Amino acid sequence: MADTMHFSLVSPERSLAAMQVTEVQIPGAEGDLTAMPAHAPTITTLRPGLLRASGPEGVSEYLVTGGFAEIGAEGVTVLAERAMPRGDVTQKDFDALLAEAAELYEKAKATFVNQPGPVDDAAKLLADMVAVGTHIGLSSKS
Amino acid sequence: MPSLKDLKNRIASVKSTRKITKAMQMVAAAKLRRAQDAAEAARPYAERFNAVMAGLAQAAQGSDSAPRLLAGTGDEQTHLLVVMTAERGLCGGFNSSIVKKAKVRIEALLKGGKTVKILTVGKKGRDQLRRDYRDHLVGHVDLTEVKRVGYVNAQDIARDVLGRFDAGDFDVCTIFFSKFVNVVSQVPTELQIIPATFEPAEQSTLYDYEPSEEGILADLLPRNIATQIFTALLENAASEQGARTGAMDNATRNAGDMIDRLTIEFNRSRQAVITNELIEIISGAEAL
Repeated sequence: MADTMHFSLVSPERSLAAMQVTEVQIPGAEGDLTAMPAHAPTITTLRPGLLRASGPEGVSEYLVTGGFAEIGAEGVTVLAERAMPRGDVTQKDFDALLAEAAELYEKAKATFVNQPGPVDDAAKLLADMVAVGTHIGLSSKS
Repeated sequence: MPSLKDLKNRIASVKSTRKITKAMQMVAAAKLRRAQDAAEAARPYAERFNAVMAGLAQAAQGSDSAPRLLAGTGDEQTHLLVVMTAERGLCGGFNSSIVKKAKVRIEALLKGGKTVKILTVGKKGRDQLRRDYRDHLVGHVDLTEVKRVGYVNAQDIARDVLGRFDAGDFDVCTIFFSKFVNVVSQVPTELQIIPATFEPAEQSTLYDYEPSEEGILADLLPRNIATQIFTALLENAASEQGARTGAMDNATRNAGDMIDRLTIEFNRSRQAVITNELIEIISGAEAL
């Protein structure tokens, strides 16, 4: 069995990472999952969260929102609508993300009255966003 | 026959025009490189995205429960055309060729009795379309303030389009932009984004889908719109700079030719003046 696999993280504007890793923790929409070499081919959507790739070159963490991860025979490809290295996330960035999620929630509540589906989705997005903020030590109130 | 002074002034003015077009050409060439890099950097995302979507879409295509963004509304009465052009002129036929392509389409649709709605991105396209299709324009996206197109801009446009779609404003959405082939060739292109079309991809691996195939499809289809618009915006930006580089290069060369011609004319008339004066002096001397 191969010890490492290829991992690449791409956002619409650029490619953030391409390296050999031993495992990747992915914040899937249905819960976190860890992909290791020779994982069954899977495609999962992402929730806002921390993506953690560990390999021989060390561990790198990224804050990702929206998009999907493709786990295939040759490795893991994460396509995130927005992605930034954890260290680069400032309170200001996070506030903007949070405000956006909150706005979407309000809009969903206003447009989809009596339709729990979209409203719940937006509420979950907001909650996930808050959770990830707490996780990386940025306050959700400011 | 212009006087010597007139000629001199004209030469000076054409020279300064040449300096300006030369500068614009160099600026455009530098911007072109940046735009190309941006388009290059965005390619992996768009390609992977399309591959996955194509696989998903093929599977979902047949089923009745396919999302409306993929299957369409079952009607094609109302068309929304998103015409993407530049914010600035002086880039050769760039804007006109996109608008021309859109106009052909508009005429064909109108002839077929369809309802046409136009959303313009970029000032130049709006100005040109407003002349003939004022009543069809439903909106305009202004990117004048945007120095470098980002994914955010594409998302804004996509949100606008999706909002109209959800409100039942149109059935089919097509985008018009210019595909960048190389510096001398930009091809105006139209691409239907709603209902979504994909280049068929060879699907080799069977994936597990989480949450579910339909769930992922519903989540990714709106993002796919944004991705396609983003790609179009980047292609357009590169094409615009490419077209401008070419146009300004031509302008610089023309100015050079003109200066040569004017200089010859200037020298000729100067020689004529000298000859005249000589004749006068000589005939004056002979008369003595």
